[in-house]
Formats: sequence, structure tokens, C-alpha cells
Amino acid sequence: MNEPFLRHTGRVAALPRADVDTDQIIPKQFLKRVERSGFGPALFHDWRFRPDGNLNLDFELNRPAAQGASILLTGANFGCGSSREHAVWALREYGFRAIVAPSFADIFFANCCQNGVVPARLLEQEVAELFRRHAAAGGDYRLTVDLEQQRVSDGLGFSTAFALEPYRREMLLRGLDEIGRTLLVADRIEAYERGREAL
Amino acid sequence: MMPRTLFEKVWDAHVVHQFAEGPALLYVDLQLVHEVTSPQAFEGLRQAGRRVRRPDLTVATVDHNVPTGDRASPIADPVAARQLDALAGNAREFGIELFDLRSPQQGIVHVIGPELGLTQPGMVIVCGDSHTATHGAFGALALGIGTSEVEHVLATQCLVWSKPRTMEARVTGRLARGVTAKDLILALIGRIGTAGAAGHVIEYAGDAIRALSMEARMTVCNMSIEAGARAGMIAPDETTFAYLAGRPRAPRGAAWARAVERWRQLRTDSGATYDRRVELDAAAVAPHVTWGTTPGMVAAVTDRVPDPADCASEAERQAVARALEYMGLAPGTPLAGLPIDRVFLGSCTNARIEDLRAAAGAVRGRRVAAGVRAMVVPGSQQVKAQAEREGLDRVFREAGFEWRNAGCSMCLGMNADVLQSGERCASTSNRNFEGRQGRGGRTHLMSPPMAAAAAVAGRLVDVRDWELATL
Repeated sequence: MNEPFLRHTGRVAALPRADVDTDQIIPKQFLKRVERSGFGPALFHDWRFRPDGNLNLDFELNRPAAQGASILLTGANFGCGSSREHAVWALREYGFRAIVAPSFADIFFANCCQNGVVPARLLEQEVAELFRRHAAAGGDYRLTVDLEQQRVSDGLGFSTAFALEPYRREMLLRGLDEIGRTLLVADRIEAYERGREAL
Repeated sequence: MMPRTLFEKVWDAHVVHQFAEGPALLYVDLQLVHEVTSPQAFEGLRQAGRRVRRPDLTVATVDHNVPTGDRASPIADPVAARQLDALAGNAREFGIELFDLRSPQQGIVHVIGPELGLTQPGMVIVCGDSHTATHGAFGALALGIGTSEVEHVLATQCLVWSKPRTMEARVTGRLARGVTAKDLILALIGRIGTAGAAGHVIEYAGDAIRALSMEARMTVCNMSIEAGARAGMIAPDETTFAYLAGRPRAPRGAAWARAVERWRQLRTDSGATYDRRVELDAAAVAPHVTWGTTPGMVAAVTDRVPDPADCASEAERQAVARALEYMGLAPGTPLAGLPIDRVFLGSCTNARIEDLRAAAGAVRGRRVAAGVRAMVVPGSQQVKAQAEREGLDRVFREAGFEWRNAGCSMCLGMNADVLQSGERCASTSNRNFEGRQGRGGRTHLMSPPMAAAAAVAGRLVDVRDWELATL
């Protein structure tokens, strides 16, 4: 059961690059935990920290204006590569509730929806506009992701719609447990299995 | 009936329920489980008081974090050991068959599924691993899923999935000598990009695909995810049936005959359409090598490292410049001749017996270059045993390669097999992401004979110029 997501307003961290893979989001040396928690401190580990363990102050998430960010603004094909759900657990634990990008990798997108993190797909030029506004504001920039209305807006003139399948939207809005939902049609599964065994 | 694609046939046969709001509930014939992406799923079941619905359709192995050195000594990494123990405990508690470190059938999950005959045409197969697409080589619909979905499948034997679009990748013509299935798929990814097939299932077709062995087809399907596709498929044919016949978990006797008859229907009907099509001429494909930090940053070994100044867009220029900085490469550097420090022959992409034979062919009678550390990590303990029966281990050892036990190993570097910062590696694996094989490590993806030849030469070479022994 996740916390229901209706709308969220928060500070934006910008990571203006495409093809950010899940190996960067949570490097493999942190995948040995058997819990769903404890991944936040390792988010973007090899980018956030220098080899000597100190913060890499050049990395976007380490900039003062990005502290306390809860919305990640990034490039196309975000979350490509490994299926590791640990990537979403790390983002969520770090504080991100929504990710705004032109596109997401398929498995990562599904993993977000399972964990109450809204993946909002906008047009490439809309994301470019948001990067411009973020930069113009010196990084002091907030967005509202409204899942009920399916809109992303900044209260300063930018407002646009995003698409999300009704099934996923409802899961996120209500914080539903997908297994419980599937078990509502357990009779269908049983019927399918009877047909399958008869094969 | 409307003509249907292979994908549509398998999809239609597995729809348990169609949600009005979009996705379908698909029945899963086989779930493969490994130690890294499953512990939280089992814990979720325990917390909710749920059982595994079909332990008989669930098989587990250990591969991602296992050491590939001596199996007699205890595991040095306590966190990895805890994860292995967790899987053993979960398998016992929920009644799931486990191929553990003591098992002669242990190996990379995508190597042992086909090897044991668990993977069969027309199945829906899932695993908490993005390279599950490998099993699509048999005409199965096989895809990687997240841990929440693993838990969902354990509890319900079903997966919620919105019907993806379809893409046909038609490959015609003959591969040149020294050019492999790995080069084909790298060339395709280079063509369509790492998100080129996002939202799609790829069907690989054409006479060049028909001519491939099952193991080569697995290499192709394996890297579908590197083109963005969650699954890739190849229609089953006589090659498929010959591979499966007699495998331990394949049907036998009358059941085998019935199964083959059913499997023969698993092909795209004439007149069926795909949402997208792409064509590739196999004869024009040279050995490929990645130069950057995504599998789409790839070129023929005869090419040079690109110049960011030549990029079409500012975003691309930045991405290429960033990749070259990480890789320690200057624009315009010829790929052939690039000196390497390490060689990794392994992974679910390229660690089957044919891969090892092809690599050994480039190595026989030669020595690994001074200063190069090279290792062979067979895909499974069975592949390892087979290679030893054929004397391939001697070819590799005498040349100076390390000959190790099965696992994912340096493909993702979760165990002790990692690159040091700045080391350049010729690797038969599937991902060249930053830090994938070790922080600061520089990975060049290529085929097994190319990687083997690089080990001997100490630099990247065009294997077509080499004399290759047939083993």
C-alpha cells in the first residue's frame, strides 16, 4: 500500500541529460540489501560522491537550490537498463514524489507506478521550456504535479497536460495494492488454469 | 480470423482478464527467480500472509552476486551471503525449486532456463531481470519485471501489462566470417537507438535470423532491452525443436509430438502487420565495438570514435562529449588498435558453449598479451563442464586466461570481479554504462571472438583479419 498521490507541489531538481540508466540511479554495490529501504543515501552514488567519499559539488543534485527537491526534471529515456526496482526505492526515499521527462524506459515506468512515484511524460519542447525556467530562476523553482487533473504547472504561466493510463492513474491516486486488486478476479485465474491444465 | 503476429498469438493465448481501464491480466507459465530482485517480494508475501500460487511454475537460481572463484570456501562478502541465504530460506518456505551454489545445474538464470528445457515456445516467462528477453529466442514472450511485479506474479501467477506495440526487425543476407549475432544486435541498436523500440516487442525475422543457431538467437533477443524493448521474439522452427528435444524439462513421447504440433502454429501469419518495421542487411555488418557509455554508442571496428563537433544537436553533442571524457577517448581515434587492460568473456549475452568455442578459436596456440588480465566466466556450471569435456578450458588456461565458475560476474560487478578505475575492458557483456563493471571502468562491448582476439593482441583488432581455429 502506497500513500495516495493526488497532487504534489515541490522544489525541482534538474538533471538535463538523456538515457540516465538505473546503474547510475543506484549502483550495483548497493543491491545486496534484502529490504526495500536503505537505498536513499546511495541514490546516484557515483555521481553524488567523489571516489574519496566527499560530495561532488558539481553534480546537479548537490547544488544548494536542489536541496529538499521532490520533483526530478530530466531527459528522455530516463531509467533505462536494469529492471532493479531499487532505483525507484532510492528516488522515493531520497524524497522524490514525481519525475518529469520526455520519456521513460518501460520497466522503470511500471516500477514508479508500483511505488507511488508519478512519472509525468511531457513533450520534448515542454521539458526544454521547464529546463529554461528552472535555469532562469537560478534553480529556485517549483512545480505542481496534479494527478487528478493530469497537469504539470508552475503557477507562473506554464501549465500542460500529461497522459497516464487510467489503470495506473487510479492505482496512484488511491495508493492501491495491485495484488489485492488482481485477486478480485481470482475466479478468472482459476478458470484460466482449468483450461490450461486441460491442454 | 484476422492474420496475427507471433506476439499477438502468444498474448491472446494468455489473457486471463482485460481491465476496462487498459491493461490485461496475463497468465505466466514460468517465473525465474534470483537472489537480488526477489527478497523484498517474498517479504511482501509474508507480511500479507500470502502464498506462492504456483511454486511448480517457479524456479530459482543464484547468479548475480555469487563469487566465481573457489566454491569450496565460504563467501567472503557477508551482505552477499545474507542475500543467498535469504533466497535459500524463501525457496524452502514457499516450496520453490532452487539451483544453488552446490548444484551442477547452477548458472545465470537466462542460461539455465533454456539449457534445462524450462524455456519453451509460446510461454509467457518473467524474471526480475531485464535480460529475460533472452528466452524470446524460443518464441516465448519473455520480459523483465520489477520486484513488485515479481511479488504479484508469485501471489497470482499473473502479470498486469498494457499491450505493447510491435516492431519487426527483418535481417536478410549472410553474416561474413568472423561476424556474429552480437554484431547484428549491436548494429541494430546503433541504428535505432537505445530507446528505439521502447513500448514495443520486437520480432526478429528474415533469412539471416533463420540461419542462426539457438544460442546465437538468444544473444540477439537478450539485448532487445538495450534497444528499449521489454521483449524480443523469434518464431520457433526446426532449429528450436532440435535444441529442445531431450532436454530434462522438455515434454517427452506423445506429449512432445503434441507440443511440436502446437509450436508450429507460432509464427506470424502472412498479411499480419506490425506497428513498425526496420530492416538490416547482415552481409553489410562488420564486427561492432561500443565506444561510449550506452550500447547505442557503437560503431564498426574499422571506424573511428566520433567527434562531438559533428553531432546534429546540442544535446547529442553534450552526451557524446561526456561519454568520451568518461571513456578517456579523443575524437577521431581509430577503434582498432585501442589498447586494453582487461578482457571479460561471460554474461547471459555471450557465455554459452558456442561463444566459448568461438572465443577459443581466436585464442588457440596464442598467449594473452603481457599486462592484460583476461577471464572466462561460463554461463552455467553445465556450460563449464561441457567446455572442459571439449578441452576448451585448457586452450584458455594455456593462453593465460582465468577459468572461473558460473555467474553474472563482471557483467555487473556485484561480486569481487570488477574493473579498477581507468581500466579499459573488452567485454562480451551487454551494458557499457558508466561504472557498470566497476567505478571508473571503461567497457567496450563486442563479440566473443573479438574479445578473445583483443586479449591476445592487447588491443582492439578486426577479427576478420585473424586466422580462426575451428574448435
